[in-house]
Amino acid sequence: MAEKVTVEVARALLEPYAHVLPERLAEEVVRKVVEAGLTVDEARKVVDRVVLEYMRSLVEPGEAVGMVAAQSIGEPSTQMTLRTFHFAGVRELNVTLGLPRLIEIVDARKTVATPIMEVYLEGEYARSREKALEVARELELTTIENVSRAITIDYVDYAIIIELDPEMLENRGVKPEDVVKALNRIKGKKGSVELDGLTVVFRTGLDDAVKLRRMYDRVRALRVRGVKGIKRAIVRYDEKLGEYKIITEGSNLVAALSIEGVDHRRTISNNIYEVAEVLGIEAARALIIREMKRVLDEQGLDVDIRHIMLVADAMTMTGRIRQVGRHGVAGEKPSVLARAAFEVTVKHLVDAAVRGEVDELKGVVENVIVGSRVVPLGTGMVKLMMLTEVGSGSASQTQK
Amino acid sequence: MSSRARKVNILEHELVPQHILLSEEEAKRILKRMGISKMQLPWMLASDPVAKALGAKPGDVVMILRKSPTAGVAVAFRYVVRG
Repeated sequence: MAEKVTVEVARALLEPYAHVLPERLAEEVVRKVVEAGLTVDEARKVVDRVVLEYMRSLVEPGEAVGMVAAQSIGEPSTQMTLRTFHFAGVRELNVTLGLPRLIEIVDARKTVATPIMEVYLEGEYARSREKALEVARELELTTIENVSRAITIDYVDYAIIIELDPEMLENRGVKPEDVVKALNRIKGKKGSVELDGLTVVFRTGLDDAVKLRRMYDRVRALRVRGVKGIKRAIVRYDEKLGEYKIITEGSNLVAALSIEGVDHRRTISNNIYEVAEVLGIEAARALIIREMKRVLDEQGLDVDIRHIMLVADAMTMTGRIRQVGRHGVAGEKPSVLARAAFEVTVKHLVDAAVRGEVDELKGVVENVIVGSRVVPLGTGMVKLMMLTEVGSGSASQTQK
Repeated sequence: MSSRARKVNILEHELVPQHILLSEEEAKRILKRMGISKMQLPWMLASDPVAKALGAKPGDVVMILRKSPTAGVAVAFRYVVRG
């Protein structure tokens, strides 16, 4: 009886195919052959067969993968409900999902309709609701208006009188002194700030009613605490992870990551541009995939993730985020005819004529347009290679 | 609680896959295996936060080990360009 294959032997059998098989598949083969108690000879046959089947399952050169991806994402998208859904578990927060969100991602919009952040917490902040609330207060933008019962203008003294609301102060974790401190930042040389119980008197030192009025608006919107751009921060208990996290309305990733208690390894925004700027192009690619997949999953549409990955790859190929449209992937095609066939035909043709562009007829679209019998796609991609000088080796191979 | 700013290492973020700056020889070997030139790789800007963290300069090749739902670990490369 031949000896049974061990993990080490199975790994050794797969070693020559390290550059061929993906890691996960190789590990699975190892596990399965050991589990099944195969002999070394049998295991070798299994490995050979797996490699063969894997090679067969690969996409063939010349396959129109982009077209297949477009159809595979496009067709299910037509079945999407146009309704915007609520974010799972957060009733008070509306997040764009469904088709509008999908379009937003593919168009690479700079401003997202509903920017949100998922702020994860570390250590004790994740375990206690009180600690999590502290971080939430640190995040949520609190202006003077948010913590006052009334803000009035005294036109006689050119002063602004702020009556603070004790309940709101408590709620936002702000002390009257914080308000004074914020006002001190903007008061200028002539201004002065006085605190009397819960009333703050801000003598502006201005001498013009119009300027006073303008100052009044500025005071109302003055930041006392929190991060610019974050309208609301809601503490949630994540059942799956068993910890508290914060969902914010509005996003400011750089600022959020540097706040104490925030887990800088997991905290994420749904704005792809912001992520590209803060975490780099690879993180943006990962986010595109994650967000598109989430939209499709949420609608119960089963799209193979490879199609989505291809879209994300095309969008991030130049190191910058490009939209899949006129101003990006399709608009940067080298061929005039291909661009003209997509959108704004006349503009592209005229511009190309003015610049004296030459169409090399290397792509699919332009070849279809001019009616080539062989379009560079599938078997049409094959070119003949020949040696121009006999016996001089591969160095002198030329293409025709 | 004070809101003092911390220095954050973005390379630790779960969305950022492992990036490895390749030496000139390694890059050349890999390009030769693939039979392409540097410019044919996907690009990465020199101003990219990860490129900055690695100290990658235009002309460098960066190897990226992506966690992939289909392949387990997928190896990708990016050519660092000016920008």
